[in-house]
Amino acid sequence: MTDRVGIVAAAQTRYESSKPQLNNGELLFEVVEKVLSETGLKFEDQAEEEEDLFIDSIVSSSEDYWAGRTISDMSLHLELGAFAMHATKVCADGAQAVYHGVISILSGKHDVVLVAAHRKESETIGSVIENAGFDPIYLRPLGIDFLGAAALQAQRYMYKYCLGQEQFAKVVVKNLKNAKNNPYAQRAMDITVADVLSSQVIADPIKVLDTKPVSDGACAMILAKEEKAKKLTDRPIWITGIGNCYDAHYLGDRDLADCESLVNAAQRAYKMAGITDARREIDVAEIADEYSYQELLWSEGLGFCDRGKGGELIDSGATEMSGDLPINPSGGLLSGVPSGVAGMSRVSEAFLQLRGEAGNRQIEGAKTGLAQGVTGACGQSQCVIILSNR
Amino acid sequence: MAERIAVIGVGQTEFKSKNIELSQSELVNTAVRRALENAELSIKDIDAVIISNMELFEGLYLADTVLSEGTGSYLKSGMKVQSGGTSGSTCAVTAFEHAATGLFSAVLAIGYEKQDEGSSDASLRSISEDTFFDINTGARGAANVISELALDMLNRGAVTEEQIAKLRVKQSENASRNPHAHLRKRLAVDDVLNSRYIIPPLRLWHICPTSVGACAMILAPESRAKKISPKQAWVLDWVSIHGGMQPLVGYQGVALGKGPLGPMWAFGVENSSAKLYKRNGITNPRKELDVVEVYDMSTWNEAEWYERMGLCEKNGAGKLIDEGATTLSGDIPVNPSGGVTSTNAIGASAMQRIAEAAIQIRDEGGERQVPNVKTALAVTAGGDSYSSAVLLKSSLA
Repeated sequence: MTDRVGIVAAAQTRYESSKPQLNNGELLFEVVEKVLSETGLKFEDQAEEEEDLFIDSIVSSSEDYWAGRTISDMSLHLELGAFAMHATKVCADGAQAVYHGVISILSGKHDVVLVAAHRKESETIGSVIENAGFDPIYLRPLGIDFLGAAALQAQRYMYKYCLGQEQFAKVVVKNLKNAKNNPYAQRAMDITVADVLSSQVIADPIKVLDTKPVSDGACAMILAKEEKAKKLTDRPIWITGIGNCYDAHYLGDRDLADCESLVNAAQRAYKMAGITDARREIDVAEIADEYSYQELLWSEGLGFCDRGKGGELIDSGATEMSGDLPINPSGGLLSGVPSGVAGMSRVSEAFLQLRGEAGNRQIEGAKTGLAQGVTGACGQSQCVIILSNR
Repeated sequence: MAERIAVIGVGQTEFKSKNIELSQSELVNTAVRRALENAELSIKDIDAVIISNMELFEGLYLADTVLSEGTGSYLKSGMKVQSGGTSGSTCAVTAFEHAATGLFSAVLAIGYEKQDEGSSDASLRSISEDTFFDINTGARGAANVISELALDMLNRGAVTEEQIAKLRVKQSENASRNPHAHLRKRLAVDDVLNSRYIIPPLRLWHICPTSVGACAMILAPESRAKKISPKQAWVLDWVSIHGGMQPLVGYQGVALGKGPLGPMWAFGVENSSAKLYKRNGITNPRKELDVVEVYDMSTWNEAEWYERMGLCEKNGAGKLIDEGATTLSGDIPVNPSGGVTSTNAIGASAMQRIAEAAIQIRDEGGERQVPNVKTALAVTAGGDSYSSAVLLKSSLA
């Protein structure tokens, strides 16, 4: 990479099961205001002096379906500050907005980019929207949603590699315990494997505690090219690698127990960041555990363990706070983060870890972090971001 | 910029009001195959796929993932973007940025809309400042703000209804030469003047159709572009502006174009092109540009944009039309493609402006080709004054 991109500020709302007191714009304003006041940045049209540092591009992530209106970012210009300047909307997980922001800076066109994501899952019925995310002729009439698809993936994963539901449950126990240290988390508790296993089955083998809850929240961050990042903060966190990738759409066209798109996305990001042994070189990972089994499956795709060894990874305790590769010290998505915001909140958490600002969930001495974002059913579209504090 | 970039291939479907023979995936795939053929590449040469459409218009959530068979994105990088009417240019700009990083050898940009599978009108009614008060008026959509713009042009004497009819005839003549255009019927001035009112003074023939179709473009960085084809359209520079103007119905500052930002979209068109000119030392666009493609949601908009893009003085649009300056044989041809008034598949429309500019530079315009195009400008408009302006040239010198 010729030029490095730094994250100079990041903010998240507290995630809650519903936020009826705030509309979409107000939700977004909370986090945008935080990163603006922290950096003192202005927008392009407000810059007075030539040497003023200003935001020259905005990449937001939202989706018309969830917003319940067309051109979902159009009503958010006041909150985003998007007046007379470049603004783009990514219709995908928030990690893709970060990816876009990095691309914008590496293209040489933009220097300082505001990226933001918000979603209020509480205002609609997610399964109806997710059903519209399938091929309309063959798949949609089945009534399938992302949960149903995930159950198929979990079944296939268990069958192919002989994993047990207890191993999935251990992910929930670990992450909800970690969430107790995360002030933004919606759901945090001490539970046992037995509690998870005895919770209500919603799509076999997935039980209610195996899934992330319905959640409202927002996240924003400021990215800047190296020279400006250093002016904006004493402690920028560098994005050293990015990678994204699509898999096939039809579930029958892929082996759901493998995750080819994640393998490819990760390899692209690792290559860019010069990482050859992810297990050794990554100090902390924040990944997309929308369903508990996915933390294990994605760990395989990210190269944290061999294929089919995700169960052994959680059994070994390596991904606990005290392990050699802590995964989701924040509590992950299982602790409650809206889809769409999920990937950006992962990047935010990795940022806090590498800055040493993660409070009680801090992994001591973390130098290299990984964040993952997922879009579509069974992780069809994957995005991996590598961060470093050196 | 890490790398200079070029358009190395363009592909479009035929555009029509219904296309029941093709699924969304097949529609997109048709444009992709044509773009690859045009660039003399195979899908294996593409590293990243960027796509845009209006997600509610055909009732498809995450179109980029669902249509991956058609787009050819399997195991490739990419994302979906959207920004209303400018979705296609936002997609192109995202693809430009991808190509300029030098991380990809070739980037595919796709814009499409299949409006026969849903209701764009119903979706557009969900545009609102807030979900409680404004949405219930149901008075959203483009026709009312276009009629305000048109009335303003009439009131200030910029154009007459006859001149607008003449401009519509020009649009239809260009479209009749473009095999991809939707409305290809050659119109006479009387056809336009006698067509029924939508919202006065906006008439049926003034307004863009509801189209189905897809457009695809292939971008490559300099290091790679030269090896592929001798006919590059170099993308010299681009500027995107978000005007951030969201007028409330009945808000007097906006009605009749009297607000500080002018009528809908005008702020974006004016500022994106002005910024692009400034950055590239263009002082007399009418002289220095060989062809212009602009997002004309109606005939009135094309006339207004002449003024906003600096092709003529304020209130000079009528005169420019009478001179025939913007016809194919004029000194500053505008919309040789026939423009959006002839073809409007929303997610594709803004990309088609850039694609047509590239076609003209590459001398592939067939019957609608403007001779000897060296410099082309594409300007798009949509959403609440989003606009992108793109400058293309036949050589880097």
